[in-house]
Amino acid sequence: MGKKVAIVGFGQTYQRSSRRDVNGVELINEAVTAALADADITIKDIDAVVIGNMDHFEGINYVDMWSVEGAGAVMKPIIKVTTGGTTGMTVAMSAYYHVASGMFDRVLAIGWEKNSESDTTGAIITAFHPVWERPNLGGAIAGLAVEASKYMDNYGVTERDGARVAVRERLHALNNPYAHLHQEWMKGMEVDKLVELLVTSEQNQMLAYPLRMSDMCPRTDGAAAVVFASEGVAEKTASKLAWVAATANRHDFVFLGDIDWDFNQTMGDAAKKVFAKAGIKDPLKEIDLCELYLPYSYGGLKWMENMGFCGPGEGPRLLWDKITDMDGELPVNPSGGVMSSNPIGATALLRVGEAAWQIMRKSGPRQVQKNVNYALATGFGGCSWADVMLLSSKKPA
Amino acid sequence: MGDWKSEVKNIVYEGQIKVPYKWNVGETGSRFFIGLRDKQEIWGVQCPQCKKVYVPPLKTCGTCFVNTDQWVKVANTGTVESFTVVNYSHGMQPAKPPLVYGLIKLDGAGGSFVHLIGGIDPAKVAMGMKVKAVFADKREGTILDIKHFAPV
Ligand SMILES: [Zn+2]
Repeated sequence: MGKKVAIVGFGQTYQRSSRRDVNGVELINEAVTAALADADITIKDIDAVVIGNMDHFEGINYVDMWSVEGAGAVMKPIIKVTTGGTTGMTVAMSAYYHVASGMFDRVLAIGWEKNSESDTTGAIITAFHPVWERPNLGGAIAGLAVEASKYMDNYGVTERDGARVAVRERLHALNNPYAHLHQEWMKGMEVDKLVELLVTSEQNQMLAYPLRMSDMCPRTDGAAAVVFASEGVAEKTASKLAWVAATANRHDFVFLGDIDWDFNQTMGDAAKKVFAKAGIKDPLKEIDLCELYLPYSYGGLKWMENMGFCGPGEGPRLLWDKITDMDGELPVNPSGGVMSSNPIGATALLRVGEAAWQIMRKSGPRQVQKNVNYALATGFGGCSWADVMLLSSKKPA
Repeated sequence: MGDWKSEVKNIVYEGQIKVPYKWNVGETGSRFFIGLRDKQEIWGVQCPQCKKVYVPPLKTCGTCFVNTDQWVKVANTGTVESFTVVNYSHGMQPAKPPLVYGLIKLDGAGGSFVHLIGGIDPAKVAMGMKVKAVFADKREGTILDIKHFAPV
């Protein structure tokens, strides 16, 4: 067994559609500076850095070297990790492994993206197989639309159920000053009324049935940084800690046609693995909060089922029973989630940082009332792989 | 000290990189494409252990980690398992929207095949619909040698 590892600091930039006032390196530096301040340490206390983004968004292939001044990594060990949508989580996992190995005391994980610098759809398409899947691809959203369609057909799920997820995420984002989308017009309106508006408004363009504009994540410029520290060092570094209880990642088949479209196998299996490792038998009762990588609304239904929070087809019930709202039994994405901010390489690391802050009770207006002992953070790569990390208020046994 | 910022108009530098990649399909994939191009046939490979038939072919079964060297001809017909009608446009799309994109379970294949559905009003496409591969008139050994799947 490796050393126990805790998160001691988290920082992020304000998530915005375009940050023309800074280049990528300067953007990275803002998040790093904020994370160091949060942990009340300086860059001298950092032993190694793990950094990631999705290369094709900026057309720069060696961010470990290119960012070195902004990342605070001059003459230090720095490694680039890039895994598409899961990049931010893989960066966190890699930083965790560095510390758990016993070879480093404090490791800085950085995720970032400047989505405004390229054609997002064009760059995402580079994740698909060039010979077998790109020539006949409907677009980046089409695959998710096919998944949602099948899920709806399997369980009689409706467009209103999808819209209810979108409403939750956007209402939560109103509490998060860092979120990219602040849909102020939604403030104070009834949930039912908002759902009705989203599924009937002609302004809410149907991109690919059943996915409307409101069902999708935005494209964002932003960065996030998280500091991981080893047991013994962590307790001396910060008074509030979020311990890593377990982490897992899973990939299945490369071709879209070979994956199981009825069940998100990678997300389901990675979640099952971390729950088993932490001795969690009833996730809905024992997990206190989730920060999930939901790039689109129907993920907030189907993937909840696949991770074991409820049975098949029961996702809509969790949602409409307000269980996943801010003051529910299992708040999901108090930050507003990916559908409110999506700086892709930072997106999954934001899930980790936000989940850690909820445990540390540092989340300000988006802090949930209940005590958070276990918080689950996920990363999703399309299509379809998953990285998952379970955080705990208590040092794991 | 911060005054200078109010006078700066941010500059954006326009890149010009275009990289003309060429990808090796490999002999397994090439045989599949030759089947489409020359005979309008769809072939898969079968795993000797789990017996799954992969279409498109994979040289290695990921589940069993053994090579799949048994070629199996599958039908040109199949069933629509799911689909979407894409309304947005992007330069990389193979056809103008609205285009129908879906999962087709070919008769005899182990998994599904993701491709375009055509020859039908998009509003009339349905789950469970039986479809047949329509081949392109001019075939060049690519996945688009199957123009789309149309109702039987
Ligand atoms: Zn096999």
